[in-house]
Amino acid sequence: MSYQTDRHMSDRKPGHLEAMETGITGFDQIAMGGLPKGRTTLVAGTAGSGKTVIALEFLANGVTKFDEPGVIVTFEETPLDLIRNVESFGWDLQQMLDDNKLAIVNATPEPGEAVIESGSYDLSALVARIEHAIREIGAKRVILDAVGALFPQFSDSSVVRNELRRIHNGLRGMGVTTLITLERTEEEGGVGRFGVEEFVADNVVILRNRLDNEKRRRTIEILKFRGAPHQKGEYPFTIDVDDGVTVIPLSAIELKQKSSDIRVSSGVAELDRMCGGGMYRDSIILVSGATGTGKTLTVTEYIKAAIRSGERALLFGSEESREQIMRNASNWGADFEQAEKDGILRIVCRYPEVMSLEDHLIQMKRDIRDFRPARVAVDSMSAFERVSSGKSFREFVIGLTSHIKHLETTGLFTNTTSMLMGGESITETHISTITDTIILLRYVELQGVMRRGLTVLKMRGTWHEKDIREYVIDNHGMHIQEPFKGVHGILTGVPTYSYAQERRRLDDMFEDESRS
Amino acid sequence: MIYKLRLYVTGRTHNSLRAIENLRRVCEEDLRGRYEIEVIDVLEHPKLAENERIMATPTLVKKLPVPVRKIIGDLSDRDKVLFGLDLSPFDIAGENQSEANGGA
Repeated sequence: MSYQTDRHMSDRKPGHLEAMETGITGFDQIAMGGLPKGRTTLVAGTAGSGKTVIALEFLANGVTKFDEPGVIVTFEETPLDLIRNVESFGWDLQQMLDDNKLAIVNATPEPGEAVIESGSYDLSALVARIEHAIREIGAKRVILDAVGALFPQFSDSSVVRNELRRIHNGLRGMGVTTLITLERTEEEGGVGRFGVEEFVADNVVILRNRLDNEKRRRTIEILKFRGAPHQKGEYPFTIDVDDGVTVIPLSAIELKQKSSDIRVSSGVAELDRMCGGGMYRDSIILVSGATGTGKTLTVTEYIKAAIRSGERALLFGSEESREQIMRNASNWGADFEQAEKDGILRIVCRYPEVMSLEDHLIQMKRDIRDFRPARVAVDSMSAFERVSSGKSFREFVIGLTSHIKHLETTGLFTNTTSMLMGGESITETHISTITDTIILLRYVELQGVMRRGLTVLKMRGTWHEKDIREYVIDNHGMHIQEPFKGVHGILTGVPTYSYAQERRRLDDMFEDESRS
Repeated sequence: MIYKLRLYVTGRTHNSLRAIENLRRVCEEDLRGRYEIEVIDVLEHPKLAENERIMATPTLVKKLPVPVRKIIGDLSDRDKVLFGLDLSPFDIAGENQSEANGGA
């Protein structure tokens, strides 16, 4: 995503501070380039909110991605603990130390050591050690991890505060970009403890780790960057061993997609005609309908069309097992098993309950990155709604959608409506504005018979047919027929017949009777 | 028994000079003939400070006899210095403890 970052950087107006890329996925986007270069940024959060991981990733990326050596000043965890704790992320701090790309200043208290205080003192030794470490390896990045742990080491907290201010000013003078992490006791309220924010108030980032529907949800918020632009508000992020920290920038990227004129087939020829010649290649299609209306069939046709044209397809199943999906497909004449063997199809089944939505998003992005499909389908999208609050669901959909569009991939999501006829679901209201095309599948009760109706509710950027067409499903798939004539109110679930139509029908009835 | 003492200071600041002076006085009065003092400027030898994890200056490190102990400050409180050097005639541990943790 680096090109996006570059664009942000060139967006900066003269007079704005230069940004230093953190290399943390998504963060540089919400920070519009990175951290204010040569300045200190305070990262505050409660215990377990990910402060140290973010700080260490900033430093490790500096060494591995930008060839910028870094210094860790650790106040709480011993160097050995730090090295061990981040091994699983693939950050080899020991190697960096050996290569003189990293230096660690150990400012943790020695266990069991009671320091005796006799008269006045300052922390010049610590200052000298930090400056020495920076000079020795030519560091560009510095982190001060858990400065709060410095306070209990000394009886006079005003000395500590003064000395931290001195360190802060000294680092600025040396031109290094610094991250200071500070523990908060609560998710809301003041920035941090000990009054540290008083002197590093220019740039503040807050991490939160709230309980949301019985699931932990991490968010990051850039409270302020003095003299530098940044995105406002909270953004979700995840931490995992493969990618480290991943910030999900959501709407920050939503409006920057290029659009394509290339059309692809939905797999149903008549539906393509209704859409004015097929779906746009980089569009997101939402198929919405009650249970049994043929959503999974639509997905199958869409995947079949991809396989037919030799394009890779990736299917995320969230309600059915692989076996069920395979069986359904073969009933409709699609051999998904063979397609998977041929490497043109991949089916990933993950129940929504197994992890948080943020983690789902990361996993799905990873699957897309690894398989590089031309088409993605999610059956069903609404299943993910069960396990989340509305807000994180919307963020999930935006995150996935923008990723898919960004790669110029076609996306098809299904949404199960709770009402058999008519009505709208939460998913529809939540994600309808994000999708480019909405296809509604509805049951229609006409003269005591359940029939099915399909309409293209919206299609961005092109003409489409507005009729509600009847369709039938048989062993060969979906067949779209003539529009329902003389019936209205289908979408509300209460169809009514126009008088003229009824009259003709009655005429027909009599004709039929007179004939018989 | 020889006392091996190391005093970390920063340049020639007031605190540094006072600490050197105070230490010399205590040693002459209570350890005459059985002490060695090494004064180290952290600005010149930051690596040594790093190895001994010195945070504050002045810091007096009693290297011998064991246990190793650190006393920070300009050493103006003579009783605390004596306590830190295990030369205290009476136990002031309780008082010291409460002050060491008082500001946390």
